[in-house]
Amino acid sequence: MYAFNYQNPKSVADAAAALSKGGDAKLLAGGQSLIAAMKLRLSAPTDLIDLGGIKELSGIKVEGNNISIGAMTRHAEVARSKEVQAKIPALASLAGGIGDRMVRNMGTIGGSLAHNDPVADYPAGVLGLNATVHTNKRKIAADDFFKGMFETALAAGEIIVSVSFPVPKRAAYIKFKNPASRYAIVGVLAAETASGVRVAVTGAASSVFRVAAMEKALAAKWSADAVAGISVPADKLNSDLHASAEYRAHLITVMARRAVEAAK
Amino acid sequence: MKISMTVNGKPVSAEVEARTLLVTFIRENLRLTGTHVGCDTSQCGACTIHLNGRAVKSCNILAMQAEGADIVTIEGLAKADGTLHPMQEAFREHHGLQCGFCTPGMVMSAVDLVKNHPNPSEETIRAELDGNLCRCTGYHNIVKAVKAASAKM
Repeated sequence: MYAFNYQNPKSVADAAAALSKGGDAKLLAGGQSLIAAMKLRLSAPTDLIDLGGIKELSGIKVEGNNISIGAMTRHAEVARSKEVQAKIPALASLAGGIGDRMVRNMGTIGGSLAHNDPVADYPAGVLGLNATVHTNKRKIAADDFFKGMFETALAAGEIIVSVSFPVPKRAAYIKFKNPASRYAIVGVLAAETASGVRVAVTGAASSVFRVAAMEKALAAKWSADAVAGISVPADKLNSDLHASAEYRAHLITVMARRAVEAAK
Repeated sequence: MKISMTVNGKPVSAEVEARTLLVTFIRENLRLTGTHVGCDTSQCGACTIHLNGRAVKSCNILAMQAEGADIVTIEGLAKADGTLHPMQEAFREHHGLQCGFCTPGMVMSAVDLVKNHPNPSEETIRAELDGNLCRCTGYHNIVKAVKAASAKM
């Protein structure tokens, strides 16, 4: 990888100040995507600002009917959290299925969301559960956060501080994973939330998206049969050596059906 | 940049470039070459070490991210008198290796696996070892070794 200046701030304010000092600075969370990209020289920041030393960014808190997860909380911590397992088992299970055990011991929710890899799991969790992304500047609703492939609503100098998940009535995340990379070829989160039914799909297109037709059908009747006949058109889906767009379209319906069946 | 951490119980420090990977620091600065570099893309798990008690892939972490950390590598697993860790002993007993290249990472990962899943089923072992690849495909005896070690840890 190319050389960079390394900084290790101790507070979000210091990290934001370092981020705004010009150059092509990047934040380092767990680094499980970023360091790999830097090794391949796909990413070459001039400055790397390591968030690993900022204690206030880590931890899981139950706040009324919400679970708030600090941006630097590792996937393994979310998967093992008794609170998350009890209140949003779909989220614990999603976090426990990311990458492999060693990746889950380093990777973070904030890093995953800021990266917005089209095949990552957390974007489906955040969009499907109608979570809110809290930054050092504002709150961003899930529906406004994901903008496209590796693109989010985060502005320059903006840092994710935590993500707040309202506890759903029921939800499940099911993915068909690539056995080599463990990324989702297609992953679907189906949830019945206080603000309605939500179905979010990752892995299938350039960015995570919702399926309105499935949401409408499930709102009328929450059953696997309700989505069995609904398919997403293949023309905007990804096609690669792992799966054709038509196959991904097929998988969306299958994964959605299984998620509805598994929801609790 | 100056970096300090504890490795296998001993304090170490060195002057490194910021872009130094943790595995490079371990192998080249500390000359602890038991930790292997296999794929160098965070897939194979040969570089697995323990960072503050958690198994991680040291080829996908900067040395700077481990500043002040407590690191254990494969060299730190056996007792000072040479008595093998129960996991190492089980790999020996059950022939859980063929060429041996993946073994340091397998053992470090398996110790962490059993810590988080005491008395794991064969299914759990296979699922939870998915971050470690054995290109000899000798998984059968590896799984047997992990199962046997879990009874003694």
